[in-house]
Parts: sequence; C-alpha cells; structure tokens
Amino acid sequence: MDKLKKSVILFHSTNYAIWAQNELQANGLPCKMISVPRQLSSDCGYCVQMETQDKPKAEQFLIAANIEFDRIDDL
Amino acid sequence: MLNKNNTGSVIYFDNAATTFPKPPEVAEAMLHYIRDIGANPGRSGHKLAIAAGQTVFAGRRTLAEFFHLKNPMHVIFTGNATDALNMAIRGVLQTGDHAITSSMEHNSTIRPLHRMQKDGIIDLSIVQADSGGLLDPQDVRKAMNSKTKAVIINHVSNVNGCIQPIREIGKICRERGIIFIVDAAQSAGIFPISMQEDFIDLLGMPGHKSLYGPTGSGALLIADDFDPKKIHPLKCGGTGSLSDSIEQPDFLPDMLESGTLNVAGIAGFTAGVQAIQKIDSIQNHKQKLQSYFLARAENEIPNFRHFTHPNLPAAGVISFILEKFSVSEVAQILSDKYNIMCRQGLHCAPLAHKTLGTFPDGTLRFGFSIFNTKEEIDTAIEALKSIAHG
Repeated sequence: MDKLKKSVILFHSTNYAIWAQNELQANGLPCKMISVPRQLSSDCGYCVQMETQDKPKAEQFLIAANIEFDRIDDL
Repeated sequence: MLNKNNTGSVIYFDNAATTFPKPPEVAEAMLHYIRDIGANPGRSGHKLAIAAGQTVFAGRRTLAEFFHLKNPMHVIFTGNATDALNMAIRGVLQTGDHAITSSMEHNSTIRPLHRMQKDGIIDLSIVQADSGGLLDPQDVRKAMNSKTKAVIINHVSNVNGCIQPIREIGKICRERGIIFIVDAAQSAGIFPISMQEDFIDLLGMPGHKSLYGPTGSGALLIADDFDPKKIHPLKCGGTGSLSDSIEQPDFLPDMLESGTLNVAGIAGFTAGVQAIQKIDSIQNHKQKLQSYFLARAENEIPNFRHFTHPNLPAAGVISFILEKFSVSEVAQILSDKYNIMCRQGLHCAPLAHKTLGTFPDGTLRFGFSIFNTKEEIDTAIEALKSIAHG
C-alpha cells in the first residue's frame, strides 16, 4: 500500500521547484509538478510530487545538490 | 560564417548596438512560447504555467553553464545590460561608500555612478586609461582606499573594442575584499568569461548583442559565493513566492525579479546563447574581419584614421573617421546610397571618446557579427573610398 502514497516537496519559490524537478528526474527519481495543495501552503505556485517511498532519496539528493526546499509533506 | 536570412541587400554593421540578423532559432523559440505556451511562469500551477517556468529555467541553466556559475538561481533576468548594471551598482553601494570605475565606461555605468556621487551618496574615482583605452590594473589598485566598496569595469569598449585585463583587476579586488562588477555588454559571446576564474562578483550583460537574443533581454549574474543580501533590491513586488507575506523575498532570483518576466525574450535569449555555443571560432572570425578591414582601409582610403588599440585581440568593434568629413554625413551616405548600416557619434560613452581624443565630434563605428563576410567589407571599402574621394 505504501507504494501508492504520495508526498510533496514544498519550496519557497517555484524557481526552486522547477530546478528540483529537473534534477530529480535527471537522476532517476520519478516526480511531477502539481499545484500547491491549499491545505499545505498559501503559495500560489507549484510543488513537486513523488511517491512517498522515494522521499528519503529525494531529500538526500536535494541537500547534496544545494537545492533549497521548505519541507516535504505526505498527502 | 552563418547564412543570412531576409536581410536582402542591406549590409548591417551596427552589431555593437544590437545584432542583426539573429540565428533563426531565436525567432522560433520566441514564437513557440507566444503561440504554444503563453502563460505566466511561477504564478499558477497549471501545465502552461509550468511550461513557462521551464522556459525560464532553461535560460538560467544555459547562462549559468556559459559563464561558469554553479547555481542557476544566481542568474537574474533583466531588460538589458543597463538594468543589470543599475541593479548591481545602486544595489550594493550605500551612503559613505567609495567606488572606482574607468574612463572607458558606457553611460550605463557612469551615469548611475555619477548620479550617486552628485546626490552625495558615494565618492567616485575614475581611473584614466591610456590614449588607446587600455587600463593598467595597478592604477586601479592605487585608487583603492579603506572605504572602497566596489570596482566597476567595462570589459570591452563599445567605442573602440579595447579589451580590459579583468582577471588581473578582479584578483586585486578579491584580495582586498572589494566587490568586482563587470559590464560585459560588448564581450559576452565573443570572449570567454568565467565568473570564477575572472574573480567576478556581479556580471551585467545584454541578451541582444553578441548573445544574439532579442532586444529587451539581459541578465545579471551573481557569483556563487556572493551573499545576495549585500544587494538592496531597487524594485519590489510580486514574485509568485511567499504570497502570504508583504515582505520582499530575500533569496535569489525572486528578490531581484519582481513582476512578470519577459518570457518570450528569455526564450529567444536562451536560443541565441545555445546557437553560439555550437560555434567555436567567433573571436577568430571577428579577428579576421577586423584585420582585413583595417588593412584595406589604411592602404586604400585617403584620410582614414582608426582608434583601435594595437596588439589586442579583436572584438570586431572599430571606431574610425574620414578626416575632413563629418561622421554624421558619412553615415548618412553609407545608409542612403550604399545600404550600409553603422553608428556615428559618441556611442553613449563621452568619457571614452575624451580618452581616445575623439570628443566631441565622435566617430563612425563598424561592429561585426557572426553573419558578416569579407565580401561585405569589400563593398564598404569601395563605398568609403568613393566618399573620401568626394
């Protein structure tokens, strides 16, 4: 069941969301851009959605690549 | 070097003002954005907004790679080089600071600096170049004092193409902890520039000259290790980020990019840079054209005098006069009778013309691009010969 769960990476800026999505995909971590869910943030842009099982890998990758993000939330 | 398109019989030598024509990919990229994407980047979450954001990100990444910057978020899109240089100059200099610039600057640099000096905000030193326009880095060092906050240098002169030793000047700045701002309006796309190896903190450039983007495009690049909080944003407003706050974001690029970006311009700018990345002999091409023009002109045109600094690599920007003729008269005949486009006058650089001894009359300026050919120079030589012979 865990495989179907989704998480989202939230950013302070959509510029970082796009950068992160490009780098994550280029490094074999499937993800996609979605509108920021209103229950998670009041920002008007988008965030990166991925499978929850990939969360630790994605987090590790973003920190190593110096791509700043706000937080990762489970949906 | 490249095939022309749709320019007919016009010979365009006004490339130091803006390049024309552009590589065909530039118009195609702009059309693709306007026709197929069209949305506002970073403001909404729908597919087209994301595609617009990807268009802008591709530009940041392309420029970061081209100028040896690791962080694409340190690429700030502007309307032109003047925007970028104002953002840098007026953003970092505060009351009581001292700044250093050169006698070869374009008004894009000297006017904001002069204005800050006139308003009593900064002290300004203008380092004198030699009579060919070249600066001695040691003269820049001698002008530094304990209050010097920034050194602002034009990499290549828009008047005579003189190239300055920015790496040496940048090294001196780095040793003294002084911010080094470079105006790359005439050099970006011709000479290699490395934010890291040239010790540049802030690099301003137009998209529309030798990077072959459209007018209305430009960029400010900020060194990876430069603290963006040292820049006071000149403009505040909507960024699509931190929308629950009335505070301007304090991170790049958002803090310096308020308002909707010129996405069509950025698409064209990116395509221009990508087009020239495929060409490895741009400076060599300019060197050949400049050497050929000067050799023929000096030998064949009576009363021809040029102001190129000897023994420096060619930027393809040449200032010259035909003695006994006004520059405006010659430019008008070249345009009207021979379909040759060039610029005459002071080129928005009065101090540079004073340095070269061509103030207030100014000069004629030929600026060559990747599309110009030896055959076009032959036509121009015959035209100038004909004018000089009366």
